[in-house]
Amino acid sequence: MDYFNPVEVLEREELEKLQLKRLQETVDRLYQKVPFYRKKLDEAGFRPGDIKSLDDLKKLPFTTKDDLRDNYPFGLFAVPMRDIVRIHASSGTTGKPTVVGYTANDIRTWADLVARTIVAAGGTPDDIVHVAYGYGLFTGGLGLHYGAEMLGATALPMSGGNTKRQIRMMVDFGSTILCCTPSYALNIAEVMREMGVTLDDIKLKSGILGAEPWSDEMRVQIEEALRISAHDIYGLSEVVGPGVSIECAEKRGLHVFEDCFIPEIIDPSTGEVLPPGQKGELVFTNINKEGLALLRYRTRDISSLETSPCPCGRTHVRMSRITGRTDDMLIIRGVNVFPSQVEAVLMQIPGLSPHYQLVVDRVENLDVLEVQVEVSPEIFSDEIKRLEELEARIRDEVQSYLGVSVKVRLMEPRSIQRSEGKAVRVIDKRKI
Amino acid sequence: MKVRQVSVFLENKSGRLYEVCRCLAEAEVNIRALAIAETADYGVLRLIVNDPDRAVRALNENSFTVSETEVIAVEVPDKPGGLASVLAPLYDANVNIEYLYCFVEKSGESAIVVFRVEQIDRAISALQGGGFTVLREEEVYRI
Repeated sequence: MDYFNPVEVLEREELEKLQLKRLQETVDRLYQKVPFYRKKLDEAGFRPGDIKSLDDLKKLPFTTKDDLRDNYPFGLFAVPMRDIVRIHASSGTTGKPTVVGYTANDIRTWADLVARTIVAAGGTPDDIVHVAYGYGLFTGGLGLHYGAEMLGATALPMSGGNTKRQIRMMVDFGSTILCCTPSYALNIAEVMREMGVTLDDIKLKSGILGAEPWSDEMRVQIEEALRISAHDIYGLSEVVGPGVSIECAEKRGLHVFEDCFIPEIIDPSTGEVLPPGQKGELVFTNINKEGLALLRYRTRDISSLETSPCPCGRTHVRMSRITGRTDDMLIIRGVNVFPSQVEAVLMQIPGLSPHYQLVVDRVENLDVLEVQVEVSPEIFSDEIKRLEELEARIRDEVQSYLGVSVKVRLMEPRSIQRSEGKAVRVIDKRKI
Repeated sequence: MKVRQVSVFLENKSGRLYEVCRCLAEAEVNIRALAIAETADYGVLRLIVNDPDRAVRALNENSFTVSETEVIAVEVPDKPGGLASVLAPLYDANVNIEYLYCFVEKSGESAIVVFRVEQIDRAISALQGGGFTVLREEEVYRI
């Protein structure tokens, strides 16, 4: 199969016509149905009829994660709740998660998008798609699952963790496509070696890897360790989930499915749109979504766009791998973590000093998050068991809040570096 | 009968114990006994010193995390069975021992055991009832 949906190879002119029509409809609908957008567009002096060409997009106001938080949980939904058939959620910067909702049509569109990504990674209806992304509020597991079924392939809903069992199933069932974070793919390869499972025992041919930043060096490692073709997949729940973009066989950028999302690259400080090839903040506008459609959503991810034709035949623009963030969000084993969330938990524990630091490292291909906390005289006890209780309490509370396991290290006062101005909260030792 | 023990939180990194000791030396504090409890990442240094007030002041000034704990110090005959004999009355009185450490007196005839217990008053009367000498604060600081 060359592609899943003919729209992937639509002539640019046709594609842009489709985009304009969908953008006009979306802006019109949001203006009518979402008070937040009506207010925002009114303030910008914008009427729905003002979209005459795709170029007018840049006159629209941005949407941010804070806007989602301020309208928590369902305030930005553009349909009544009776039409919402699915909810997902991801981390918010503080307190409340970012909540997204899908109509039945949205679920179908999303599954179609993911089916396109599986085909781009070499998948066909004959494949067994081993989904090792987490199932639940996180969009990774269910997103890939529905996409595999839409393609007509066999979905294997493994979810994350229990690596040995993953490998046994992979051997017994003959999984051909592995979907997980790139670091977990490496971890699986390592555990396979420990178990004495060889590459001849498995039938993997491709990997659809994402939910965290990675590099071409890591791709080489993964492709050698598992003898597969490794493809970067990108997505975020606010926009739809996995399936916003994917690397085709060329692996020179990720095709953004432009019939559903219009990507822009902006200067994060001025908001100015940057020309193709220039690095900046990635912004998406939903043009084919009913439940939650966002105008010019600022992802905080840093990327660039490549508009030259791709030898694969897909006409959709390519974005570069994500090379960083414009905020302090961390991705730990595929889970988004904001230092502000950790701070919120620590501040609720009496006696803890406001001085803390997060140290992220990658040990045997798994991300390890260490929370370093200074021991103040108020909480210091000369009994080790009390200190261990304190450590356990901090660990449990942070873990249940973030949904990711952490290690807690108690530190001497003043041992965490004080900085002038903005405190250095994160030391990221990972080499990606 | 209760002795003040000074405890210091120490990260497991080289030089920290030396820095505590140097800080006490500069304050002219004499260490009478010490013990360290440790985990993989940190330790707790427990000290009996000649002048707890001065020690705490000096350590605080140097930004160490310090706490004070009440412990008891008991004289035990320095011979086989010495420690067992002092534990017996505590066991009988149902006193829970958190930790203990020992040091030997200069004269060498008896050892001194420092106890941290949950029920300190009950422990003191049990030991005294068993005929043991529970040292007074000043006696310990002077040793």
